[in-house]
Amino acid sequence: MAQSSQAAGGLASIPALLQRNATLFADKDAYREKEFGIWQRWTWADTEKEIEALALGLINLGVAEGDFVAVIGRNRPYFYWSMVAAQCVGAVPVPVYNDSAADEMEYILGHCGAKYAIVQDQEQVDKIIDIQDNLHQFEHMIYIDPRGLRKYDHHALHEFSHIQNQGRAAYDEWITDLQERTAKLTYDSTCVMLYTSGTTGKPKGVVLSNRNVIESAKNSSEFDNLGAGEEILAYLPMAWVGDFIFSIGQAYWTGFCVNCPESPDTMMTDLREIGPTYYFAPPRVFETQLTSVTIRMEDAGPMKRRMFKHFMAHAKKVGGAILDGKPVGAMDKLKYKLGEFLVYGPLKDTLGFGRVRVGYTAGEAIGPEIFEFYRSLGINLKQLYGQTEATVFITAQPDGEVRADTVGVPSPDVEIKIADNGEIFYRSPGTFVEYYNNPESTASTKDAEGWVATGDAGFFEEDSGHLRIIDRAKDVGKMADGSMFAPKYVENKLKFYPDILEAVLFGNGKDRCVAFINIDLTAVGNWAERNNIAYASYQELAGHPKVLDSIREQVETVNKSVAADPMLAGCQIHRFLVLHKELDADDGEMTRTRKVRRVIVEDKFKDLIDALYSGASEVSTVTEVTYEDGRKGSISATLELRDAAVVSTAAKVAAE
Amino acid sequence: MSTQDSYVTEDGRTIGPTVMEMKNITLRFGGVKAITDISFDIREGEIRAIIGPNGAGKSSMLNVISGFYVPQEGEVWYKGAKRPPMRPYQVAQQGIARTFQNIALFEGMTVLDNVMTGRIRQMTTGLLGQAIWKGKAEREEVENREAVEKIIDFLEIQAIRKTPVGRLPYGLKKRVELARALAAEPSILLLDEPMAGMNVEEKEDMSRFILDMNDEFGTTIALIEHDMGVVMDLSDRVVVMDYGKKIGDGTPTEVRNNQAVIDAYLGVAHD
Repeated sequence: MAQSSQAAGGLASIPALLQRNATLFADKDAYREKEFGIWQRWTWADTEKEIEALALGLINLGVAEGDFVAVIGRNRPYFYWSMVAAQCVGAVPVPVYNDSAADEMEYILGHCGAKYAIVQDQEQVDKIIDIQDNLHQFEHMIYIDPRGLRKYDHHALHEFSHIQNQGRAAYDEWITDLQERTAKLTYDSTCVMLYTSGTTGKPKGVVLSNRNVIESAKNSSEFDNLGAGEEILAYLPMAWVGDFIFSIGQAYWTGFCVNCPESPDTMMTDLREIGPTYYFAPPRVFETQLTSVTIRMEDAGPMKRRMFKHFMAHAKKVGGAILDGKPVGAMDKLKYKLGEFLVYGPLKDTLGFGRVRVGYTAGEAIGPEIFEFYRSLGINLKQLYGQTEATVFITAQPDGEVRADTVGVPSPDVEIKIADNGEIFYRSPGTFVEYYNNPESTASTKDAEGWVATGDAGFFEEDSGHLRIIDRAKDVGKMADGSMFAPKYVENKLKFYPDILEAVLFGNGKDRCVAFINIDLTAVGNWAERNNIAYASYQELAGHPKVLDSIREQVETVNKSVAADPMLAGCQIHRFLVLHKELDADDGEMTRTRKVRRVIVEDKFKDLIDALYSGASEVSTVTEVTYEDGRKGSISATLELRDAAVVSTAAKVAAE
Repeated sequence: MSTQDSYVTEDGRTIGPTVMEMKNITLRFGGVKAITDISFDIREGEIRAIIGPNGAGKSSMLNVISGFYVPQEGEVWYKGAKRPPMRPYQVAQQGIARTFQNIALFEGMTVLDNVMTGRIRQMTTGLLGQAIWKGKAEREEVENREAVEKIIDFLEIQAIRKTPVGRLPYGLKKRVELARALAAEPSILLLDEPMAGMNVEEKEDMSRFILDMNDEFGTTIALIEHDMGVVMDLSDRVVVMDYGKKIGDGTPTEVRNNQAVIDAYLGVAHD
């Protein structure tokens, strides 16, 4: 694969794109953040000035080329500037999940040897002070929010605005140095280092070059015709590759505006106020929104409820086809227009999707029902398949070829091959440089020709050329009788129910499957309120017999639908329990991007799985939990184990 | 201690001169003596707690400070001058704001509007001017809104800015009440049992806000609280009352080791 050593027009780095934007889009908004109840704005010209002041301040502080600068906070313009400022001075930004516990942070900061950290507030400062003794190379910390930090020792602790002021004051002293450092950046310089959460083992530092980021941003922007007029809401974790590509890669490539919410709690209101044109969310966000719509409709008056039901049924019938530009009868079209006026339009506006031109979901498979719900409203929601090592894009769905069960065609410049065992391999300009300080993992993931193993199993559909993902290659197993065990497939079906937040299926190598269920507190709590069911805690609600009854019905419906697929009929759930606690990243049961760590869950709750297989009707257990501040505690519970009816496949064959 | 101009707290902060001094206060309701001959001072920038068992007269004391009760004997000195008997609103105008044990907010109004009412002291335009809302009234509203938004940001209640107070849970209402008191930019902030009825997590949050308020705005805080753990962690100096009398006054460590205080809280054997 021929790779140009330089980019077109000398735009070989993010700082170079910043300079271009500051000239080309000088007066156009680059960042907005709601603060003090008002959307504060910075144009591209302002942004360049802010970043320059910060970069000068960083040099003044002693940041050298090649140093690692950790960036820890929620989506705020200051942190995006921090990352670009770090690049300007030749350092490498390392965004870290701001909800990481102290020991996870210690591992990451220790692994890359970060000398500096730019953090949000007292909480993060405290966390790093706690672990500082074990980080010998660590030097300075910069914080944005001064609240509560007045009395701290400020020898190695600096306020963000002070660093900027010092940078402005030292302009004459350092500007030449800064310009030289920025000019030295090439297409092969490191753009960012992102730690992948990994569903197994310790996080690995994925090194992405300017080439990876800029080429991927360019290709994907062209693929979806993204321009400078787009508006996005940046709310996904900054340490996640997706946010880096959307809020920095594509934003700097096309010059569009990045909007930051006021606080995580106001995200929905802010989304509505901004009305993004380009939107990205993992399936969980869409699930949560659908859950809240369902709950609110259940609380609405009978008239509204009937209207909603009626028009949603119509949207389900023709909405998707209208969006794809397929022929639809004139009467149906007219009725859809009326529905748009009465239901779909207001609903989209409430959800903040009124202006969405391109929407993506990725990270995990989305339930087809959820996916089609949004499509039927006329929201151009599509799927893509990607990973950190590919700088996101491996495949994506082109407009008009959107389906719930595929992830689309290879993205521009991406080559894909499927190995004999079904594992997907890719090669692209976005292919990562290496895992930092980990040549063994680099070698086992990326071969000499640049092919990268994804760890996912899938196949190309013959007629459409779309890629279909079956499951994580290592999660797919076999049942005792040799039939296929694909847990994700069943779990996704369960998670479609608003009541079910998370599900984990077990059964690899066994004769039948059992499952753990996590209830969704919002949905089930609302249901309990309407049915006069009193409960004092999550645990009590999760163990309520009526809740178990309703979950059982849902499990049985899923069993019926699973049984319809002869290949997977063995994955029906024979027994289940509702967990007494939510699976949580703080307890290591999930990744920070909220994917279940199957092996850890299996190990931690071994007693519960054994009880499910033993046929007992209840089980007592004690579970260790970790609080947000790192303290540990334990909760004990007695869980009821339920049987669920399964559709006998043998009987079905006989009936046929 | 009251002879010094300033002192240094247990955690190393320097506290300013006296802003308020209670001199030999006695408060009677008919024949019942609620407060008997109590004297203490509140200094600028400190967190001053008044504690005591049930019925000790803590709330009565707070009501004397806020002007709700006028003591039969004794003097209240505020900012170097003796305070004549006053109506509560006049006391508020002098810069003393308070929260209530049983939340007293406007239930039907939004959080934002409730907090805005705390700015009444900073508004000079009259009813008519406000109604026409041109020029000065508009300018004033913008300035006050700005101040209020800073407090909303500070107390992290952005997400409920437009929510009617009646729909909020108890812990949040408490926080809104604090926001309203803070909006008045008081020179002394009186908190009547700010942690009552809260769970551990809410108490921790509230403690953090109280400390941050004191740190950030330099607000002088006088609070009544039941939860001894909280009081000892938060306050710089503590007044202990029992049966309407002062039985202790000093730093948390001093108070903790005071035999009269220990007896009042743990009880003594009558023999």
